[in-house]
Amino acid sequence: MFIRILTVSFVLLGFSVQNAGAAGDQVSPPSQPWSFYNGPAGVFGYYDQASMQRGLKIYREVCASCHSLKRVYFRNLEALGYNEAQIKNIASEYTVVDGPNDEGDMFDRPGKPSDKFVSPFANDNAAKYANNGAFPPDLSLITKARAKGPDYLYALLTGYAQPPAGEHVSGGQHWNTYFPGHKLSMAPPLSDGQVSYEDGSPETLDQYARDITHFLAWAADPYMEERKKTGLKVLIFLLVFAGVMYSVKKKVWKGAH
Amino acid sequence: MGSANREKFDNTVVEWIDSRMPIFTILNKEYGVFPTPRNFNYFWNFGAIAMFMLMTMIITGIILAMHYTADTKLAFDSVERIMRDVNGGWLLRYIHMNGASFFFIAVYIHMFRGIYYGSYKKPRELLWILGVIIFLLMMATAFIGYVLPWGQMSLWGATVITNLFSAVPFVGNWIVETLWGGYSVDNPTLTRFFALHFLLPFVIFAVVFLHVWALHVSGSNNPLGIEPKGPQDTLPFNPYYTAKDTFGLVVFMVAYAFFIFFAPDFLGHPDNYIPADPLVTPAHIVPEWYFLPFYAILRAVTFSINWYLIIGAGLCAYAFIKWMTKNKERESFFVKEYMVFVLPALFLFVLGAVIAFIPVSEQQFVDGELQYVGIARIIEGIRYYFTFDFLIPDSIRGTTEAVEMRVAIDALLIPISAKLGGVLAMFGSIALLIVLPWLDSHPVRSARFRPLFRIFVLLFTVSVGILGYAGSQPADKVYWSTCLGDAVACEALAHGGHGAGAEHHSDASATTIIKLDNTMLAQAFTGFYFAFFLIIIPLLGRFEKARALPYSIHEAVLGKEQRAGV
Repeated sequence: MFIRILTVSFVLLGFSVQNAGAAGDQVSPPSQPWSFYNGPAGVFGYYDQASMQRGLKIYREVCASCHSLKRVYFRNLEALGYNEAQIKNIASEYTVVDGPNDEGDMFDRPGKPSDKFVSPFANDNAAKYANNGAFPPDLSLITKARAKGPDYLYALLTGYAQPPAGEHVSGGQHWNTYFPGHKLSMAPPLSDGQVSYEDGSPETLDQYARDITHFLAWAADPYMEERKKTGLKVLIFLLVFAGVMYSVKKKVWKGAH
Repeated sequence: MGSANREKFDNTVVEWIDSRMPIFTILNKEYGVFPTPRNFNYFWNFGAIAMFMLMTMIITGIILAMHYTADTKLAFDSVERIMRDVNGGWLLRYIHMNGASFFFIAVYIHMFRGIYYGSYKKPRELLWILGVIIFLLMMATAFIGYVLPWGQMSLWGATVITNLFSAVPFVGNWIVETLWGGYSVDNPTLTRFFALHFLLPFVIFAVVFLHVWALHVSGSNNPLGIEPKGPQDTLPFNPYYTAKDTFGLVVFMVAYAFFIFFAPDFLGHPDNYIPADPLVTPAHIVPEWYFLPFYAILRAVTFSINWYLIIGAGLCAYAFIKWMTKNKERESFFVKEYMVFVLPALFLFVLGAVIAFIPVSEQQFVDGELQYVGIARIIEGIRYYFTFDFLIPDSIRGTTEAVEMRVAIDALLIPISAKLGGVLAMFGSIALLIVLPWLDSHPVRSARFRPLFRIFVLLFTVSVGILGYAGSQPADKVYWSTCLGDAVACEALAHGGHGAGAEHHSDASATTIIKLDNTMLAQAFTGFYFAFFLIIIPLLGRFEKARALPYSIHEAVLGKEQRAGV
């Protein structure tokens, strides 16, 4: 009975939270020019490998200290343009807990391409405990799990600001224009010059935000390019088929009315 | 399914089978030479399209079930594994996910066609009812299916919707606990939903078989709504309609494929890519788009329904039915016995509405004095006597005893709570479709020859769309508001709307805020939804003058050319 009351009150809470959200606390992020939205309705979308490689670097040097990427395998990095040796090399920089071995013990070993990205914390509670109770979400689906995901992520990373007059932000929280409710536990993670690029790209917050978003958009939707290429073929086939069927129909119906 | 008048087949294998079980004879009779009205428009494609969607859903669903794990700890990961690691898994899942939406699109167009062209009328009532049953089964299947990925919206959508059943008197809690398999939406819920989601499509398939069987007894309706009079009015199903249906299906598939490949998550909700968490409630719980009109009707009932409203509505309905069925001379209406019902009914309605809609003010008494003047005093007086508030002695007002007494009186006065009312309205809105053949007594089927019916069907369609929009918006979203009364106080309200301090309270009493919010929008169009079925359709059935029907399908279709030729 208690659980049911609890559940119902959560639901009621949900409706009241929904109302709070409607009061104008959410700012719609402006649209950005992403290569994966290339073409009308994004039909010619593609991932920019250089941008994704820089994004991976940012993830590994900055985000990975708090955020996991637990649904992505090292072998998936092939899509970023890395060859087998490079992927093996990246994977081997991680320590993976494996086991139990023949003696029943867990043991550490270097990562392999068939491993997933190693999470920074052993479990969700450890992640919360290390971050003042705020849970840093897994990033493997983050651009799909937010409305206008890539635009939102870019806007969030570049949207830190001083709170407007009259708004109080308590310790450990940070004002962000685009975060629902504006008070975000994550400190501004990126700033100009923080990560060094080897390919001469500008080392600015704007570029960092674009690159990490590009990388995470791929992580959330790794089959996007294959999907859109297949889609174009399917659509062309269906349109031709529809044309054929239209003339078949016309021929069959000739004389019927 | 006898084989008495069977024609022999040339192919020996076909003949061998057919002579033992005349399956080829039946196929040829029902899908080969089956006489079909020659004047179908493209609205008649959607039955075949819905059938295609059902098969698509069953085939992709079975393959997805091979890779899915129904366990709260693994379900989300197993779906992501399908998306990332299973060969072609992303395609299968996107076909299935968007397939649900396109199945509903096809079925909604199919239903619109049925209403617009009067396909539910005699002799096709049972055919129509079987269709409504398919629609109900689809809704159950789709709702259950949305729970399986075990994202945030899966969990919370399931929690909100299953909780509704607790409003059912006596057995409500039992129903909810049976659906849940426990005391909250949890692993037992997920496993039984998976089992049911696997089962129900085959039940749908069985009812579709009955639906098609009934169709092949009565034959198809057509845009003119008149029965074929002979072979000149029909064409064999094959090749005429096999060709036309295939063309329509392929065009439909273009739109379907566009969503699968270029906007696969457009019709879903981003929150369902967050693993379900019973401790975190999403900011905005919404069902899938195809449920939104019904969700709006559910939320529109924000008031409890007291006996005055029920008896008033009952008397009105009685008088309305009497008038519709017996009295032929309209002018005698006002002197006949119906007045005996109508006046008390209206009186009870006003009473019930005052009690149900106008909220009780907390500032009723100040120092023991009723603070109202004019109409507010009348309303308060009505409330005082007709909610039996006078039974509560003044001496105990403000105590818990008085509150308990009030609760006890309300329990007798209000048989239908707002929550139960919402559930009844939601299911009632679909139940009305079942009785539609008997609500509409007009002899003409097609809206083409019923100008008023046509207008109202189109208005109804638009209002269902608006209800869908209302269902997607927060209940208290304000579309328009204005402040009447003291200008200074209004100014203060407009500026200090958020943190209105104590000093605003005295000013606020001098103002009246008139607003149109989302609940009122939903209530207005819910009212129209029910009025369409319960008032407009019966009235039109009796009074609408139809335009002249053509003599036959053949004449209507070929008339022009013949005239030109002759």
